[in-house]
Amino acid sequence: MAKRIDISGLTAYYGSHKAIEDISMTVEPRSVTAFIGPSGCGKSTFLRTLNRMHEVTPGGRVEGKVMLDDENLYASGVDPVSVRRTVGMVFQRPNPFPTMSIFENVAAGLKLNGSYKKSELSDVVEKSLKGANLWNEVKDRLNKPGAGLSGGQQQRLCIARAIAVAPDVLLMDEPCSALDPISTLAIEDLIGELKERFTIVIVTHNMQQAARVSDRTAFFNLAGVGQPGKLIEIDETERIFSNPSVQATEDYISGRFG
Amino acid sequence: MKTDIEPTSTSAGSPPQVSARSTGRAGDKIFLGLSRGSGIALLVIMAAIAGFLAYRASIAISKDEANFLTAFEWSTGSTPMRFGIAVLAYGTVVSSIIAMVIAVPIAVGIALFISHYAPRRLATPVAYVIDLLAAVPSIVYGLWGALFLVPHLTPLYTWMDKYLGWTGVLSYQGGAARSLFTVGILLAIMILPIVTSVSREVFRQVPKMHEEAALALGATRWEVVRMSVLPFGRSGIISASMLGLGRALGETMAVATVLSPSYLINVSLLDPGGGTFAQNIASHFKEANDNGRDALIASGLVLFVITLLVNGAARMIIARRKEYSGTAA
Ligand SMILES: Nc1ncnc2c1ncn2[C@@H]1O[C@H](COP(=O)(O)OP(=O)(O)O)[C@@H](O)[C@H]1O
Ligand SMILES: [Mg+2]
Repeated sequence: MAKRIDISGLTAYYGSHKAIEDISMTVEPRSVTAFIGPSGCGKSTFLRTLNRMHEVTPGGRVEGKVMLDDENLYASGVDPVSVRRTVGMVFQRPNPFPTMSIFENVAAGLKLNGSYKKSELSDVVEKSLKGANLWNEVKDRLNKPGAGLSGGQQQRLCIARAIAVAPDVLLMDEPCSALDPISTLAIEDLIGELKERFTIVIVTHNMQQAARVSDRTAFFNLAGVGQPGKLIEIDETERIFSNPSVQATEDYISGRFG
Repeated sequence: MKTDIEPTSTSAGSPPQVSARSTGRAGDKIFLGLSRGSGIALLVIMAAIAGFLAYRASIAISKDEANFLTAFEWSTGSTPMRFGIAVLAYGTVVSSIIAMVIAVPIAVGIALFISHYAPRRLATPVAYVIDLLAAVPSIVYGLWGALFLVPHLTPLYTWMDKYLGWTGVLSYQGGAARSLFTVGILLAIMILPIVTSVSREVFRQVPKMHEEAALALGATRWEVVRMSVLPFGRSGIISASMLGLGRALGETMAVATVLSPSYLINVSLLDPGGGTFAQNIASHFKEANDNGRDALIASGLVLFVITLLVNGAARMIIARRKEYSGTAA
C-alpha cells in the first residue's frame, strides 16, 4: 500500500562530513516526487536515508525523523532490514544479480521474505514482470541470465524485482542516466503507471524528465564545495518549472548555473 | 598495426616527428623479436626437460617387473626392480581431499569474516597474520606437525574410533598418529592461509552495486553474502582452492616429516601407513641408485599428470557457467 513519507529535520553525515542538513518535506502517496539539483548537493544521500541504505556506507550517520505514515523509520528498535523490505530501491546502474536467471532475479526478494509455493512464486513473477512492462519481451526466456538483457531491459528487470515484494514506496536514483533515449522513454511510461500503486521518489539530473514524470518537484542546492546540501523548495512540478518562489530555483531551471 | 594509414592524418608533420616514429617502430620490432625469441626458447627448454624426464621414466618402467600402476611395492635397490604407484596415488589423492574438505570451508569463512563481518580495526591485523602464515616454510609446519600435532591427535582419534570406528574408514588401533588423516590435517593448516588470502581478495572485489541490490531488497548480512558475494566469488573460490590443492598434492617435507609410510593401502585413514608421491621421492631420492631415481622420476610424472587433470577440471567448472559470471554485467 502506498504510504505518505513525512521527513523532519533530517541531517546526514559521512564520518565528520555533513552531506545534507535539516531537510523537512512531505512526499505524497500515489504520486511521483522528483529531486533535482546540481551534482553533489546530496540528492542520492537524501534518497538513501529514506530506506536506511545511507548507514550501510562506512561512517554513514543520520539525525532526524522519517515517518512512513505513522511509523518512524529511525525509531530505536526498528530493523533497517525490514525497512528496506517496505521501501524498495532502483539504482543508477542496472544491477540484476549476475548469477541468477530472469525468474530468480524477480523472485529473489520473495525468497528472502519466507517460503513460497512454486505456483505462487510464478504468479508473482509474472505479475511483476507485467507490471514492469517486461513480460512480453522475456516470457520465453525466464531461465536465461538477467545479465544477458539490454541495459533498458535490465533496469525494468530491477524494477520488477523491486515491486515483486509489494513495497509501500519505490525510490529511484537516476534510473535512466545509463540508458538510451528509447529505454528512457519506456521507463518514464512505466513510472507513470506505477504511481497508481506506489509512492515514487525519483532523483534525476534531467529537468525535462522531472517535468515529464513528476507531480511534485524538490530542488536541492548547496552553498559551496564542502558545504551541506539543503532543500531549497518543494512544490507542484508545474509551479517549480513555471513560477518558482525562490530565485535560486529559477536560476537553476533556466540553466543559469549548475 | 596498419601504420601505413597514419601518415595521411599527420601529413603536415615535421621531420623530427617522422624520425621519432621510426625509432618507435624499431623499438616495436626489437621488443617483438625479444619476446618471440624468449617465448620460443622457453618452450624449447621446457620440451627438452619434459622429453628428458619422459625418457628416463620410460627406461625405469621398462625395467619394472611389477605393474607400474597397480603394484603395492617399491623396491628399486636391486634387480629386478619391482615398483608401483598405486599406494602413492591413493595416499596423495586421499590426503589432499581431506585437506580440501577441512581447509576450504574454514578459509572461505575466515575470508568472509575479514571482508564482510569484522570491523576494520580487527580485519586488518587478522588479514596480516594470515598473510604472514602463508610465508612460513613448509619444513616448519612439518616439525610442528611431528612434535605437536601428532601427539595431540591421539585423543581425538581415540574419540573418533569410539563413535565412528564402525565405518572402518575412521577406526583407530592406537599408536602414533602418523597417518594419512594427520597428513590431511597438516596440509589443511598449510594451505589455509593461501586459500584465505585469495578468497578474501575476491570477496573484496565484489562490486558494491551487487551487494546493494541485495541490501535494498531487505537482505540481512548473511543473505547479502549468499545472494551477491558467494556467487560472484565462486570462480575465485575455485581458483583459490586449486592453488591450495596444487600445494597439497606436491607438498614434500611436511608430509615426509609427519607420515609413517608403508606400501600398503590401509582401510583406516587414522592408522599409520601409506605414502604420497612427493613424500616418497623425498624419502628415497638420496639413497636411490640411477635406476631408483628413474623410477622416482616416473612417479613424479604421474603426479604431474594428476595435477594437470585437476587444473583442467577446475577450468571446466569455471567455464561451464561463464554466461552467469559476475563480469557479464
Ligand atoms: N560514500 C561517500 N563517502 C563520503 N562522502 C560522500 C559519499 N557519497 C557522497 N558523498 C558526499 O556527499 C555529498 C552529496 O553527495 P550525493 O548525495 O552523491 O550528491 P548527488 O546525488 O546530489 O550528486 C557530496 O559532497 C559527496 O562528496
Ligand atoms: Mg547522485
